Amino acid sequence: MNKTFRVTLDFEKPVVELEKKIAEMEEYARETGVDLSDDIGRLRRKADNYRKETYSKLTPWQRVQLARHSDRPFTLDHIERIATDFVELGGDRAFGNDPAMIAGIGKIDNHRCVLIGHQKGRDVKENLHRNFGMSNPEGYRKALRLMKMAAKFKMPVITFIDTPGAYPGLGAEERGQAEAIARNLMEMAVLPVPIVVTIIGEGASGGALGIGVGDSILMMENCWYSVISPEGCAAILWKDNTKAPIAAEAMKLTAPDLLKLNVIDKIIPEPPGGAHWDYDVASANLKKAILTELKRLEKIPVETLIEKRIQKYEAMGAWKE
Amino acid sequence: MDWFKRRKGIATSEKKAIPDGLWVKCNSCGEIIYRPELQKRLFVCPKCEYHFRINSKDYVEYFFDPDSFTETGANIKPADPLRFRDTKKYTDRLKAAQKTTGLNDAAITGDATIEGKPVVCAIMDFTFIGGSMGSVVGEKIARAADRARERRVPLIVISASGGARMMESALSLMQMAKTSAKLAQLAQEGIPYFSILTDPTTGGTTASFAMLGDVNIAEPGALIGFAGQRVIKQTIGQDLPEGFQKAEFLKDHGFVDLIVHRWEMRETLGKIIDLLWAGGGKAKNNGKVASGEKAAKASRSSDAVAPGKN
Repeated sequence: MNKTFRVTLDFEKPVVELEKKIAEMEEYARETGVDLSDDIGRLRRKADNYRKETYSKLTPWQRVQLARHSDRPFTLDHIERIATDFVELGGDRAFGNDPAMIAGIGKIDNHRCVLIGHQKGRDVKENLHRNFGMSNPEGYRKALRLMKMAAKFKMPVITFIDTPGAYPGLGAEERGQAEAIARNLMEMAVLPVPIVVTIIGEGASGGALGIGVGDSILMMENCWYSVISPEGCAAILWKDNTKAPIAAEAMKLTAPDLLKLNVIDKIIPEPPGGAHWDYDVASANLKKAILTELKRLEKIPVETLIEKRIQKYEAMGAWKE
Repeated sequence: MDWFKRRKGIATSEKKAIPDGLWVKCNSCGEIIYRPELQKRLFVCPKCEYHFRINSKDYVEYFFDPDSFTETGANIKPADPLRFRDTKKYTDRLKAAQKTTGLNDAAITGDATIEGKPVVCAIMDFTFIGGSMGSVVGEKIARAADRARERRVPLIVISASGGARMMESALSLMQMAKTSAKLAQLAQEGIPYFSILTDPTTGGTTASFAMLGDVNIAEPGALIGFAGQRVIKQTIGQDLPEGFQKAEFLKDHGFVDLIVHRWEMRETLGKIIDLLWAGGGKAKNNGKVASGEKAAKASRSSDAVAPGKN
């Protein structure tokens, strides 16, 4: 738990300070042989209490910040911990290979899978390579290519959503960002293998949904998923992007809200303080949830699976008549 | 010159596709056009062929056979699942839009015929909260797709939309998946779907059903894209090329099949339906492949009478 982070969010500061103090005292105790266990225990209780108190009543905006935390485990961090024999495959066979979208084959326990996910970078250099997790059309087309491969070889598809949005660039428009996303939505709706979708960080709009249609939608506790970013929504509706925290509140973009709206099926718990405090625990929780879904979905005949999937989306929305 | 001033004042209102008043200024070439004349020309500028934004009722009149349209799903009305409130309440925005447009939400659906051929259609309306797609638009398009599947007739969706509706948040986003799933079902039955893209078609609408036509047809000059131009400009830090995200740009890059003049849309659709779906998809292919655009151009020059006014 004694981690140093690149970024410390305001509401994380007290707990980060306490953890730092605990680490120092433990170090001191080790070096000098002085027994500090009482003091350390007291500080640890204090840190735990603070965590319990703060994280049991996080505001939507705080969750947005946790979802964006640059120390949060990304797609490859999870794949590393969840899958074995992972082989990353590349390219859309049409234009290029998009490093903002990971796609490959591997095993989760004894289940052969196709694994697909947005990939963010940890620092500036990595982020330039990964385009901050914002895919171009070729990313979505690579994803589709691998989904079709999954159908061909009868492997389930697991996707990991973590993107601030599909890339809004000139080339992206020229190469049909909208068409690439639309095509995926249509194809995923009737893909003849189980699809488990996980939201592990940010789920922004069509860029997220482009790999987000499936049989089970699992969302980690401190993520957000919506039609636009809170900043974007604030800029358009409030004409002021500093109103993002208020927009986040109104948008019902957290996992508990989305569970109520039937947009997601399950919430995956994160370690105390958020996924970035313990990658292993975060990934283990994710893996457990994915396996439960895989075992359930693999028993369902393909026709029924697709029928149920379409019914699931058919029911989405709220209207009067 | 009083009417110049008056027209200008009204033109700033976002509620109307085309400002009221006897004289209308072309958004493209600035020509001042006598309104009845413009109406006779289906709101296409006589000088530069600019296609004005028109509402769903106009499209019903212009693109389908006279009096062939029967509305379905008219009783589907918006709810406020999130109890959304920004600077205004969503329910107030809905009420205001319903009052100014006379519509329940941003799309109407129905049965109609095109050149005598039965179709199911959904027509979006940009004047209703920017043609944004929320649960009602999603549900209506989904039901239209189901109806097309049941009746085994082609589905036509005419898009005019700024994208997904923010006030229904993730539920709006899910309408992209919902409509696309329904189109997938329709496609599996081998029934054609034609997407007509009008000005503007952007965001989540483009990134779902609007791009998924067996044939995608755009009106000339229509803005069609995924991301907003301001966002793109900010992202890339440079100016956008001329004609960026226009229908012609989309055609050049391979994302729309045809650009068809408003006057020729019905005829072109009729021809394509004949070729793809004569006899309910059972007829043999009788050879000739039409270039709809070429055909449209040819007949446009020969006859300037509005098809909707015959």
